Amino acid sequence: MEVMDVEREVSNNNSVMCLLTDPEGEPLGAPLYLPQNVGPPQLQEIVNKLLNNVEKMPYAFYISDQELVVQLSSYLQKNKVSVEKVLRIVYQPQALFRIRPVNRCSATIAGHTEAVLSVSFSPDGRHLASGSGDTTVRLWDLGTQTPMFTCSGHKNWVLCISWSPDGQHLVSGSKAGEILSWDPQTGKQSGSPFLGHKKWITGISWEPVHLQAPCRRFVSSSKDGDARVWDISLRKCVICLSGHTLAVTCVKWGGDGMIYTGSQDCTIKVWETTQGKLIRELKGHGHWVNSLALSTEYVLRTGAFDHTRKAYSSPAEMKEAALARYNKMKGNASERLVSGSDDFTMFLWEPASSKHPKARLTGHQQLVNHVYFSPDGQWLASASFDKSVKLWNGITGKFIASFRGHVGPVYQISWSADSRLLLSGSKDSTLKVWDIRTHKLKQDLPGHADEVFSVDWSPDGEKVASGGKDRVLKLWMN
Amino acid sequence: MPQGDYIELHRKRHGYRLDHFERKRKKEARVVHERSAFAKRVLGIKGKMFAKKRYAEKALMKKTIAMHEESSSRRKVDDKVHDGAIPAYLLDRDTTTRAKVLSNTIKQKRKEKAGKWDVPLPKVRPVAEVEMFRVIRSGKRKCEHLNVVPLLIVEMVSSTAKQWKRMVTKVTFVGPGFTRKPPKYERFIRPTGLRFTKAHVTHPELKCTFNLEIIGIKKNPNGPMYTSLGVVTKGTIIEVNVSELGLVTPAGKVVWGKYAQVTNNPENDGCINAVLLV
Repeated sequence: MEVMDVEREVSNNNSVMCLLTDPEGEPLGAPLYLPQNVGPPQLQEIVNKLLNNVEKMPYAFYISDQELVVQLSSYLQKNKVSVEKVLRIVYQPQALFRIRPVNRCSATIAGHTEAVLSVSFSPDGRHLASGSGDTTVRLWDLGTQTPMFTCSGHKNWVLCISWSPDGQHLVSGSKAGEILSWDPQTGKQSGSPFLGHKKWITGISWEPVHLQAPCRRFVSSSKDGDARVWDISLRKCVICLSGHTLAVTCVKWGGDGMIYTGSQDCTIKVWETTQGKLIRELKGHGHWVNSLALSTEYVLRTGAFDHTRKAYSSPAEMKEAALARYNKMKGNASERLVSGSDDFTMFLWEPASSKHPKARLTGHQQLVNHVYFSPDGQWLASASFDKSVKLWNGITGKFIASFRGHVGPVYQISWSADSRLLLSGSKDSTLKVWDIRTHKLKQDLPGHADEVFSVDWSPDGEKVASGGKDRVLKLWMN
Repeated sequence: MPQGDYIELHRKRHGYRLDHFERKRKKEARVVHERSAFAKRVLGIKGKMFAKKRYAEKALMKKTIAMHEESSSRRKVDDKVHDGAIPAYLLDRDTTTRAKVLSNTIKQKRKEKAGKWDVPLPKVRPVAEVEMFRVIRSGKRKCEHLNVVPLLIVEMVSSTAKQWKRMVTKVTFVGPGFTRKPPKYERFIRPTGLRFTKAHVTHPELKCTFNLEIIGIKKNPNGPMYTSLGVVTKGTIIEVNVSELGLVTPAGKVVWGKYAQVTNNPENDGCINAVLLV
């Protein structure tokens, strides 16, 4: 010990005491003496060893919320951190695979005769569907990048489409208040329409596959103020969640089996799904709640499919795999919910624990239109009509960076599957890809002739689809 | 007592005639027939005016009947499919429609190359030089020495001041890096009171006006000399900074300068009003 102390005093700028902690704050092993020429690659080796990982996993390191990209010595010099105190380094696991940023438009497919209002990739990334103002839903072939099926049957604009997490069903909601379900293999309607809502449909969300496989139930929200839970095999409405006094703008089915609805009456209601009873009401916003995001949303959307592209034979197997993925994603903490509102702020809630918000995220100068958690839940991105996209810490809600570049209101955002890239589509007809590590613009994707209404990044990370007012669907690739 | 009051007084004292109400009712019922007889009989301008009024009443009556009938049959949803589809998050918001500028930038570039302009005011009243400039005299006046000169040699020399300087009487635009020439050599004086940097530019399709900075004068229809001087009169083409409008070209570049044509006489109004050339 004495020898070590002497060493420390004599060669004062040679080693520093570090403590590696995981994102929740738990330390990994005891504090270590590390020489100052240690950088992220060496730290990665140490973490892999300490965690006894069979395969080498990539990690990113953060000291007081700032990413460590250089050697420790340069960091210490720049920030003048004292070597006498223990330096806490937080390690965050990163995705094994790396998604390449898209930089070219590989196809511009015409087909819709009115503006494209929503695009969505299926959870396995093999099918692409789009809903439009010409009352049709179209399915597109990704291999040849041409139209495949045209599904007509709606009476008015198709406002929302949603794939079931097992990829077997596609449902779409229209401005006339009806919901139709389609078979993605044949492009035909798979049953009778779901009637019940009196005004237009604002959002559709499926029950997670780890709660029930094969997927049967989904919830839809409407302007008439209630949300309805439908069963696709019984083909009727099983529960009607009424309680909101104004339009329900968004609905999400959480991984722990609760349904969250955000409404224009400035409240968010949490419902349980067996009987449709109201569990909690989250108040706090001063104006309409525009968008909701769950920390586990990406995993719920993709279900059992991940980057290994494994196909599952039975629903039970799918349920198990989805449950494993969900538990890994969730960790020990409970699900987090973020709501973006017209009052220019967002709230971070933990609905399972309390009805008071955990944090209030301010900074936007115009209404927040879309909020989205990254697939690994570490980051949160918000798109606003003040032409900027803001990045926040997904766990604490602290502001990290603001992405400026758009010249018109930003409408929708989408994350790449490895959480390293963020895509935004705006009224100024451009899409922009932002790098999360450098907090800068990675790629600018102009080409649309008019406003871009909807963007989606495929879960396998290869393609991006965007549609807007100019009636064409654009596919972007690397 | 006024004439009509006698009737009222009689009514107050003795009440109404016994058949008054029946007669009144029947007379009012006959009005319809009288009106239609009048409509058939009347001629000329009087007839036309009456017919117009009568038609307006008929249309109004039809509308009220239709309105009353509507409420008895209820329909759940509006069946018509409208144009201009917007996604769910924009449905309850009223947004201003943006005119498409994109294809027009290419057309504009082509026209620029050809030197032809398709402008809102193709012809303007020409401004004469005497209207544009005011003569400024400079130099010492010779007549000041008149009392010194002996009376015999009275050379009534008119004040032969130098008259080569001109002051511009119209509104001008000078760029931000403008500095005057030395006063001895400057031929044209542009007074600071008539210098403007901003213009009120109206977008012809959106019908809204923005206060935008002028970048430069492109062309004054009265002549190239006025263009180089920076004189702004009615019909002048100016270039304005449109970065605050947020326009983007198909290539993804942000448009920050566009041409506009001046539509008023700025020297009379004290401001420059222009219409954007899209």
